[in-house]
Order: sequence, then C-alpha cells, then structure tokens
Amino acid sequence: MTLDLILFLILALIAVASALGMLLSRNAVYAALFLVLNFVTVAVFYLLLGAPFIAMAQITVYAGAIMVLFLFVIMLLGAENLPGITNLRSIWFPGTLAMVLFIEAAYLLIVKARPTGDVLQPEAVVNTMDNLRQLGTSLFSDYLLPFEVVSILLLVAMVGAIILTKKEKGVR
Amino acid sequence: MVPINYYIILSAILFTIGVTGVLIRRNALIIFMSIELMLNAANLALVAFNSVLENFSGQIFVFFVIAVAAAEVAVGLALIVEIFRTKNSIDVDQMSSLKG
Repeated sequence: MTLDLILFLILALIAVASALGMLLSRNAVYAALFLVLNFVTVAVFYLLLGAPFIAMAQITVYAGAIMVLFLFVIMLLGAENLPGITNLRSIWFPGTLAMVLFIEAAYLLIVKARPTGDVLQPEAVVNTMDNLRQLGTSLFSDYLLPFEVVSILLLVAMVGAIILTKKEKGVR
Repeated sequence: MVPINYYIILSAILFTIGVTGVLIRRNALIIFMSIELMLNAANLALVAFNSVLENFSGQIFVFFVIAVAAAEVAVGLALIVEIFRTKNSIDVDQMSSLKG
C-alpha cells in the first residue's frame, strides 16, 4: 500500500464522516461546520488531483463565502436547534431509494463506463503557474461565451436576492 | 498511485449522502446544504476525470458549477428568509399552501 493510497483513504474517511455528521446533526450550526470540513477535504482532493486553482476557488467560494452566508442566515433566523429525525419508521423508504440510487450510480460509473487509469501523482502535479495560465487561456478563448453568461447569471441572482428580501412598502 | 475508480466511488457515496439528506430531513436549511454536497460530489468526479484525461475542460466546468452554486445559494437563502418571515418556520412539511 503506497503513501498516496493511505492519504486518499484517510481523506475519504474524513469526507464521508463529515458528510454523515452534516446529515445527522441536530444543530444547524454544527451541520454547517461539518459541511465546511467536508468542503476543505474536497479541496485537498482537488490539490491531489492537480487542480490548485479549483482548490483555492473551492475554499474561498464554498467554504468561505457560501458557508458564511449559511451561518449568517441560521443565526438570523435563530433556527439552530432542529427537531432531529424522530420518526425512524419514515426513514426506511427514502433510505432504500438512496441505496438503489447509489448502486445504480456505482454500476453505471464503474461497470458500464469502465474508467481506467490512475490519477496524477502528487509529486507530478503540474506547476501552479502553468496550470493557471492554461486554465485562464482556455477560459477566455474557448469558453468565453459561457463565462459571460455566468456573469449575467450572477448579476440576476444578486438582483433577485435583493428584491426577495426587501420589505415592500405600503403592502403590509 | 490511486486508481480513478476510488475517486468515482467516493463521489458516488457523497452524492448519495446528499440525496439521503434531501429525502429524510425536513429542515429547509439542511436540505439546502445537502444540495451543496451533491454539487460538490459531482465536481469531485469532474476533476478526477479531468486529471486522467489531462485537458482543462473538467476544471472549467467545475469553475462554472461553483459560480452557479453561489448564485443558487444567494437566491435560495433569500427565499428561505422570506418564508421564515411569513410562516415563522422553515419546516418544508408546513410549506403546503401556494399563497403565503
């Protein structure tokens, strides 16, 4: 068993455990913090897979901005304490559905698609500046139109969020 | 060397946990976090494939997914805040009426 594999297994264990912690926790703040841990672990996976820019974007956007927004809303609403999963009998049907989904996904991805090959070794990860330059060139040449569309999408989302949370005057 | 299959299986496990969260939790915020977890699992699979194929399309797709997730969270959380204001609850079982 090589060092890479041990590293992968430990990180995978942390990722799955933090996802389960998010799923089962009774306190919404704890759930959000478990999700932050999960995002950071996935960012380390991105680093191992040779995508340093995506890893940094993951940490700043997901673990930073999005989760801070979540925590802010949880505390704004005062909804920290949730009712846990009280009715155990209502779990088995969704649980079965989820297991069927997992088996299907594993079958399709592993047996049918049959992806082969090994991912990059950590020491063979491409030079960071090189990766960034290639990514930027590709983003601003081949993918220029989707990039502009994403900017419009972000603008629309921003306007939508402001309008939704604004108090209407004279209506109530 | 880690085979790509391991990454794909990990991604499938994380995605399934996200689906389970959407199905069994009744709190809108937790359901939202589960959706983020699913997006993240898909991103992990994309980057893993990208690492084997050695071009940059996968990473650029992940970049777009992150941007869309940010937009989704902004609008979704605004909706949750608005629902909480009118109903005083974020339990999705109680959101049964079309008019607030």
